[in-house]
Amino acid sequence: MIIEFTLNNEKVKMDVEPTMRVLDLLRNDLGMSSVKEGCGEGECGACVILVDGRAMNSCMLPAGAIVNRSIVTLEGFKHTEQFKVIEAGLLKAGSVQCGFCTPGFVMAIESLLNQNPDPTDEEIKEGLSGNLCRCTGYNMIIKGVRLAIEKGAGLW
Amino acid sequence: MKESISTSVLRVDSRKKIRGEAEYISDWKFENMLYAKTVRSTKAKAKITAIKLPDIPKDYYVVDRNDVPGVNRMRTVVSDHPIFAEEDVQYIGQPILLVVGPDREIIYKIVSQIEIKYQEEEALFTLEEAEKRSTVFTDYNYKKSDPKKAFEQAVRIIEDEYSTGYQEHVYLEPQGIAAEYKDDTLFVYGSMQCPFYVKNALLETMALPEEKIRVVQTVTGGAFGGKEEFPSLNGCHVAVATHKTRQPVVMIYDRDEDILCSTKRHPSITRFKAGLDEYDQIIALDIDVLLNAGAYNGLSPVVLQRAIFSATNVYNIEHLNVRGRNFMTNLVPSGAYRGFGAPQTIFGIEMMFQDIALILGIDPLEYKMRHLLKQNDPTCTGGSIHEEVKMKEIVQKAVEQSDYYNKLKTNKKYQGIGISLFLHGCGFTGKGETLIKGKIILQKNKDVVILKVSSVEMGQGAETVLPKIVAHTLDIPIEKVIYETVDTGLIPDSGPTVASRTTMIVGGLLRECALEMKARWDEAETFEVSKIYKHPDFLHWDDDTFHGDAYPVHSWGANVAEVEIDPITYELTIKKITAVFDVGVPIDERALIGQMQGGIVQGIGWATIEVMKTANGKLIQKNLTDYKIPTSMDVPGIDCDFVLNPYEFGPFGAKCAGELSFVGSPPAVAAAVENALGKPIKDIPITPEMLMEIDNDH
Ligand code: FES
Ligand code: FES
Repeated sequence: MIIEFTLNNEKVKMDVEPTMRVLDLLRNDLGMSSVKEGCGEGECGACVILVDGRAMNSCMLPAGAIVNRSIVTLEGFKHTEQFKVIEAGLLKAGSVQCGFCTPGFVMAIESLLNQNPDPTDEEIKEGLSGNLCRCTGYNMIIKGVRLAIEKGAGLW
Repeated sequence: MKESISTSVLRVDSRKKIRGEAEYISDWKFENMLYAKTVRSTKAKAKITAIKLPDIPKDYYVVDRNDVPGVNRMRTVVSDHPIFAEEDVQYIGQPILLVVGPDREIIYKIVSQIEIKYQEEEALFTLEEAEKRSTVFTDYNYKKSDPKKAFEQAVRIIEDEYSTGYQEHVYLEPQGIAAEYKDDTLFVYGSMQCPFYVKNALLETMALPEEKIRVVQTVTGGAFGGKEEFPSLNGCHVAVATHKTRQPVVMIYDRDEDILCSTKRHPSITRFKAGLDEYDQIIALDIDVLLNAGAYNGLSPVVLQRAIFSATNVYNIEHLNVRGRNFMTNLVPSGAYRGFGAPQTIFGIEMMFQDIALILGIDPLEYKMRHLLKQNDPTCTGGSIHEEVKMKEIVQKAVEQSDYYNKLKTNKKYQGIGISLFLHGCGFTGKGETLIKGKIILQKNKDVVILKVSSVEMGQGAETVLPKIVAHTLDIPIEKVIYETVDTGLIPDSGPTVASRTTMIVGGLLRECALEMKARWDEAETFEVSKIYKHPDFLHWDDDTFHGDAYPVHSWGANVAEVEIDPITYELTIKKITAVFDVGVPIDERALIGQMQGGIVQGIGWATIEVMKTANGKLIQKNLTDYKIPTSMDVPGIDCDFVLNPYEFGPFGAKCAGELSFVGSPPAVAAAVENALGKPIKDIPITPEMLMEIDNDH
């Protein structure tokens, strides 16, 4: 089936199996290697992308589900102001260890702040609860989000 | 004034990771690359009677034991695991053959058409069965003083038994590995902790000369011990496949396959018999440690050594009889996991102290403090505690910061607080370091310094901390110190990235090199300084009798856990952890706190929600839907603090840290649960079902 969607603000048109995972489409056919596969079953959030601004696990999305929708991956998002602020927060808080979870977290943080620009710590925890990190124990990621919120007031 | 070494710097690797630009092995592309999928045993113990292959299309290959050019065994401490199964299989998930080819869909189709016929045999799975049938791989024993006589003289004897379960590493990046030939040199690339282990395994399995093998570590998405010995197995798999096909071969596991076949933390039982004198002091201990090693012994013997050498934890017990056994069962082999056997026995002894104190009606913390080791005391193996022991200061801080005694008094039922004391022996056990003889090179190239070590970055921060030690010594910016990718063809063997040895041992060597380089800085534009590890002379160890200094030095700590139990659902909430550590001197405080918090949360997971069980040799929890690890919703606030205690032989006074972080939270949580329910906890993981049963058992 021929599908059309936008990827990082560019139109894409391609012929795919409608049941193919968006994760594979992005990684294998479109070279979006920031999108990671940690579990392939919707549990870890390493594969999170934005679909119309909302975080979704791309391993659970069939290609047929993104027709005419706007997809953003870190390859596109890293050029935005919001990204710079999130990056600065994560750097400063020491939120990154092995880094395999990090791209998914960055996208989930953007989605969270899109919906709730001023979350409490509890709301941050809840908003990121679909993303697993085995290295940090989360405290320093939450702190990174806090720093981003302080620095990026008004951006979201 | 120059900044202290503990002042944090930005991690060298964090920017590229935040930007999604770090290239893990699954992001690598090779020209003409083939994929590989492993066909595995579906039986726990069986003879393979026939393998029926479908027609294999052109450009597709089946790779099995007949393709192994050298030895069909994975080289490790005990080289007993076949690279590919031979006549029999010993566990579900054991690799039998690979299907290799250019298109993954077609590979899966071929795999689904392969028929393997088995003749099943009686298998065994639990430690209890294994003990009954004496399927012992390794049986160790050591004694201190005269336990027999001490037990005769004891006025009271108390016995108890504690158990711990499996733990899956869940490094977020599943195992991944690739191989290719460049001219006639074999290259293996992948996610790993120990490139030289993989190289040594390849030497035997591929029967190639040393200079024809290069192993290159790629960005590694977490490891925790799970990528210590395992990549020697999948590394040999792709190497044999590339040898047969003469094309690059890539093999990335999905999570289910990873959980099915990768190593796990050894399930354990630890039995204690304590002999008390008339003052209630424990004068003698009989300790019996049982580990479930799974189907192959692998590196289980050294895990068992650390388990039994840590079994008396921070306590000075005069008379000891310690036995440790690894048992063979028909389960996936257990292996290295952060703490390496020590968390199992330390959980046991911490709970034993707590339980005996409660029986005696003494405050558990006070009872523990009465038995504490001091400087120059003998260790359990008859070595010596060479370092100053700052446990009193550590405990005082933890108690004050958590308001421990106040909460202990005012907590209502279903609220609990508990404390654990613990240590970790730094570096390899016994003679390990002298056998490895880690070598490192520091190279000056004009104003840049290149650091050549085989310690890998796997998330723990080596790529930042090691250059920082050099930069700080030479008084140059950290940007001027280049940490070279670990490639066994270009880097000396400074030993594996294990045993919390990287900062202390390898960092210590780097510090020595850097000091020499500093003294000779103006000598030339480019020159090299190299050092080989030398064990301090005052350390003695006898591998046959297990007598002497099992570890050169220890790191120490105390954790306080606060919990709450829902009286209806029995759901357990960890409210807060207060942790105080002595790791010598922190090399980078933020990086260190990251390590400590991560380890504490892994420990909480192991003690509570990480349930992994088997039924007839099959894992019941097969994926991350069934096997839960802590999420952001499960973690408490964690306060971390450090007590400074510089170690003469560590760089800037640093000791070990990475594993220490894991050891304390499980017994602290269990002690807090005991406090909340007023009933003893003897087994982890602590599940709501278990709590309900304990609470309602009168
Ligand atoms: S890979 Fe998609 S949620 Fe884990
Ligand atoms: S940094 Fe390793 S999983 Fe999050």
